[in-house]
Amino acid sequence: MGLKDWIEAPAAAVVPAKRSKLNWLRGAAARLTTPLLPDDYLHLANPLWSARELRGQIVEVRAETADSATIVIKPGWGFDFDYEPGQYIGIGLHIDGRWHWRSYSLTSPPNWDDKLISIAVKAMPEGFLSSHLVNGVPSGTIVRLATPTGNFALPDPPPQRILFLTAGSGITPVMAMLRTMNRRGQLPDVFHVHSAPTDADVMFADELTQLHEEHDDFRCKIQLTRSQGKFALSSLDEVCPDWRERQTWACGPLPMLDEIETLWRDENIEDKLHLERFAVSRADTSGEGGTVTFAKADKTVAIDGATTLLEAGEKVGALMPFGCRMGICQTCVVPILAGHAIDLRSGKQHAEGDRVQTCISAAAGDCTLDA
Amino acid sequence: MAITDIKEFAHLTEADIESLGRELDAIRLDVEDSRGVRDARYIRRAIRAQRLLELGGRLALFGSRYRPAWLAGTAMLSLSKIIENMELGHNVMHGQWDWMNDPEIHSMSWEWDQTGPSEHWKRAHNYSHHTFTNIVGMDSDVGFGILRMTRDEEWRPINLLQPFANIVLAATFEWGIALHDLTFAAELEGAEKGQLNSQANKDFARKIFRQVGKDFFLFPLLAGPAWKSTLSANTAANLARNLWAYVVIFCGHFPDGAEKFTVAEYENETRHEWYLRQMLGSANFDSGKIMGFMSGNLSYQIEHHLFPDLPSNRYPEIAVKVRALCEKYDLPYTTGSLAKQYLLALRTIHKLALPDRFLRATADDAPETSSERKFREARDAGAAMVETLRTDPVTGQRRGLLSALRARAEAKIPRRRR
Ligand code: FES
Repeated sequence: MGLKDWIEAPAAAVVPAKRSKLNWLRGAAARLTTPLLPDDYLHLANPLWSARELRGQIVEVRAETADSATIVIKPGWGFDFDYEPGQYIGIGLHIDGRWHWRSYSLTSPPNWDDKLISIAVKAMPEGFLSSHLVNGVPSGTIVRLATPTGNFALPDPPPQRILFLTAGSGITPVMAMLRTMNRRGQLPDVFHVHSAPTDADVMFADELTQLHEEHDDFRCKIQLTRSQGKFALSSLDEVCPDWRERQTWACGPLPMLDEIETLWRDENIEDKLHLERFAVSRADTSGEGGTVTFAKADKTVAIDGATTLLEAGEKVGALMPFGCRMGICQTCVVPILAGHAIDLRSGKQHAEGDRVQTCISAAAGDCTLDA
Repeated sequence: MAITDIKEFAHLTEADIESLGRELDAIRLDVEDSRGVRDARYIRRAIRAQRLLELGGRLALFGSRYRPAWLAGTAMLSLSKIIENMELGHNVMHGQWDWMNDPEIHSMSWEWDQTGPSEHWKRAHNYSHHTFTNIVGMDSDVGFGILRMTRDEEWRPINLLQPFANIVLAATFEWGIALHDLTFAAELEGAEKGQLNSQANKDFARKIFRQVGKDFFLFPLLAGPAWKSTLSANTAANLARNLWAYVVIFCGHFPDGAEKFTVAEYENETRHEWYLRQMLGSANFDSGKIMGFMSGNLSYQIEHHLFPDLPSNRYPEIAVKVRALCEKYDLPYTTGSLAKQYLLALRTIHKLALPDRFLRATADDAPETSSERKFREARDAGAAMVETLRTDPVTGQRRGLLSALRARAEAKIPRRRR
């Protein structure tokens, strides 16, 4: 390891490699602030200079419909704007002393010059966090952010002919794709079917109309399900005869996606289909357990509601550290990547983004652990 | 021999212990349910205060060639290190703030400002010490492997040096802890004895290198002409922190009344007996708000041992409830002033430096360790005495541990020599 690497080492884990000069400084300063990082002090002055994780600040909350809003966020230092349109981002909100964690699709095209990103959120009746975001979050609020991820993304350059099938807030990742293509001036032949219950529920309606006016190749069919019923896939032949040749991106409720998947499989064109299943996963509180996936160990096991996650891992050889096995030592703590777990002592639920003590937690439905 | 049967010692029936346990569970749930903004604000403020103190201290020390600046800088740095060690490091790594789900204040990610790596400490302290609390032979925090703190342990000639070892331990407390914890890390890793390149050793070396480099090399270097006074200030701050941490820990575990237990007791222990063991094995000292804060609320050691992962700022209110429970179940609640508790610990250190033949009490009936047998011994004093310890002659009520201890002290049963 060269001298330069050595000096940068303490800061290496938290900053993208591109900013070499700053890293050098941070690394040098970290020698003085050890075991903390310089940011631990800087973030007393500005909470966006967080050392341990990406942070962002909400700069605007713009209503889209009665129950949905676009949240504009200014990411803190270290955020990489080089994401792919269609990807989603993890966002954590501080409510009642606790950080709550959810994932939302980005609606902003990558590399925006003003260094802002946006997500669009629809308030779900059971979604505590989403309602808070849509109805109550003041601008200026600091949020936690995770790096954008996901395979539901638009390639660059985009294919010549595209079909988008969306419903409800499933339109959000597709919005990012449309905006990106539009901004790059490479909007190809796009046919977009979007379903919403009523006129008032159509998110980004004005923008869709405008796109249509500006681009002859962009056609958007809005299906108002309350008055017109569900969009019938069989009508695709009529409204978009060449749908089989198009690359298709679909995002919406699970039944819709299942139906689409079946049809594409029957037609043998699965390779042209891209799906995003973003249904809100809910904790299964029946106490029946679920299937636990250990991501790092690449192991899976189905357990009942009384078996702890630690025991589950041991059963299949996904070994996690442990100590007391009674919930007092915190040796066995592991983050949940997806799904839910339940604390057997208190009955409290933990969701994606939480870290759980595996020795006293069981699966509440299917869940994936970072272990 | 230390306590082998906690039920008998505590004068409680199985049903009593059950209901005591349930009441403690309820206290726990209550706090868990009410954790919120107020608590989050508390820990954020504590962190902010500590960082500002450290920053202020470091800045002041650049002028440390002037005596007032040296004093101010050293004071601020000492306070900062104490807070970082007790209220932040210790408590965050216990997972007390994990419920906030904040990666910056989490047991998984916190690294503290002393020589031992957090990972090592968590293994030795959170797991070994908090699980096997005060079980002679299993909890190596009893005397930290250096001091003989109970006559359950056999006297060795080296114990004669105890008074001296105690002073060294106090002054270098962080190193004592670090070395103590290293053993656990190496064991966990399965490293051979004397295997220098084990991961545990590497982590240890890296941490020492950074810690020592910062306080004893980099900062003095940066201070230029003030290097000497900066060095002495940093040394003083580390020393102050070590001494304070040592005093707090000793007051929490070694005053008279903090009981020791046998492996036999542990092996048959129920979850609720675990509670009881924590209660009887720890000791508090009286503290107000400031003293509580400076000791990381370990002045509430009993509460901490019952609920090591509940937020420290809640211990004072938990203490009120725990104390009431002790009263209800007629159990002792060991507490006293800081000075008293420390002097008691000090007395044990010096006493036990001597071989047993110089000591009067037995391991069943000594100030620092006792067992259920101390009540059986009353048999020697006749049936009337047994009765006195069991029931109050005036009220006719069954006596619990606390009343029995009192009655016993009043009756002045002659101590049997070992
Ligand atoms: S193993 Fe100790 S808390 Fe889980």
